Amino acid sequence: MAMPFFTPGDDPGSNFPELLRRTGLTSDVVNVGDLLVPHATTCVAMRYIDGVVMAGDRRATSGNLISHRGMEKVVQADHFSGVAIAGAAGPAMEMIKLFQLQLEHYEKVEGSFLSLEGKANQLSMMVRGNLPAAMQGMVVVPIFAGFDLRRRTGRLFTYDVTGGRYEEQDYVATGSGSLHAGTVIKIGYRESMSNDEAVALACKGLWEAADADSATGGPDALRGIYPIVATITAEGWQRISDEHLATVFEEIATEVRAR
Amino acid sequence: MTMPYYVAPEQVMKDRADYARKGIARGRAMVAVHYSDGVALVAENPSNTLRKISEIYDRIAFAGVGKYNEFDQLRVAGVRAADLKGYQYSRDDVDARGLANQYAQILGQVFTHEMKPMEVEILVAEVGYGADDYQLFHILYDGTVMDERRFSVLGGDAEAIAGRLNESYTEELTLAAAVTAGTAALGTADRSLAADDLEVAILSRSNGRRCFKRLTDTDVARILAG
Repeated sequence: MAMPFFTPGDDPGSNFPELLRRTGLTSDVVNVGDLLVPHATTCVAMRYIDGVVMAGDRRATSGNLISHRGMEKVVQADHFSGVAIAGAAGPAMEMIKLFQLQLEHYEKVEGSFLSLEGKANQLSMMVRGNLPAAMQGMVVVPIFAGFDLRRRTGRLFTYDVTGGRYEEQDYVATGSGSLHAGTVIKIGYRESMSNDEAVALACKGLWEAADADSATGGPDALRGIYPIVATITAEGWQRISDEHLATVFEEIATEVRAR
Repeated sequence: MTMPYYVAPEQVMKDRADYARKGIARGRAMVAVHYSDGVALVAENPSNTLRKISEIYDRIAFAGVGKYNEFDQLRVAGVRAADLKGYQYSRDDVDARGLANQYAQILGQVFTHEMKPMEVEILVAEVGYGADDYQLFHILYDGTVMDERRFSVLGGDAEAIAGRLNESYTEELTLAAAVTAGTAALGTADRSLAADDLEVAILSRSNGRRCFKRLTDTDVARILAG
């Protein structure tokens, strides 16, 4: 493939999806009909005093079968933001890959970071671009969270299938277990939570979602698979270690046994 | 009616080469020095925003001297080529050799076919995983590619700078020693360079996925102070 060279008036700038279109690397949506494709499920995110915490279970399902036990639905988008995705796993993973690449591409071409709002709007356009696929059942609904370096605060954004972007103040949950996880977090939520408290509350939300929703996976101590939990603060993205999560879930289990 | 003059092709090429060399010599030089953990890139650049050194990909950096708009156009084309290739195949498939070849094609094409050659000299640097695993591709205005070892000097007065660097260079330099040696080589006996005259970046193997990192003026000042 030749090195892409454009005349100044015809230059796609720092827009990577546009560059893909120009070089003919995009593919069209096909009608998948009633095909069963893996679906990713519950993700939550909430603000706390230092920034935001994001968490997602690891299960992907095809109908009533578990198709993956170790899926990573909460991923780092760049140094100061992350995305969590629920919905059809294939298009969701592709969207995340393209989104990460777009942020990095912008940073390298422009020599500066996109603002957090800029990143949120970029994702909104990608979700809207997926609308034809969503009409075929390939719905992808992400949560976007990050630390806004200009406003020095954590921020949360949620989306609908049409690319509608909504900023949430406290917490947000998405996917099949979102009703249960969201309720737990709603009850336990305080803005002044510490890092450890926020992580524990996110884990508790996922625990209750897994308890009541068959498509959400709980902590799998047998295989050593724990949900993905990460915090994003002024220091950047920090994934919580499985060892720490094991103790958090052990505490939750002890509490449940004592009920 | 005037008759067009016959100009020998040798003369055309020589004129173009002289033109390009003059343009490049007007700008400030830069050096890339291999050190124990990767490659340090040091450029004389009083501007804090118009960059000569930048990131192309996970393990690849770009540096250009000469006419800013021309090497910046090449830089952006390189970022695009690398990101497209990484997207289409895998991140592991993006390498400096491929990029250097593509740059050489473009520069060679422009040199022979366009009105004016590009007044640039560029460097594509890459670090691998092993201690002695690195590439420095130095590409000239006419598309000549040189695969260099130890260090690379770009820009006007390159021979004198390379001579100075050759004396101070040793294997397994530390980062601080590499930056100090590069800075000393760029300056002369009666003109030493300070942190705010410099743009310094590194490709470091221990930097995680993206090896490229800029050093701030404060970092550089601390290094130069010893």
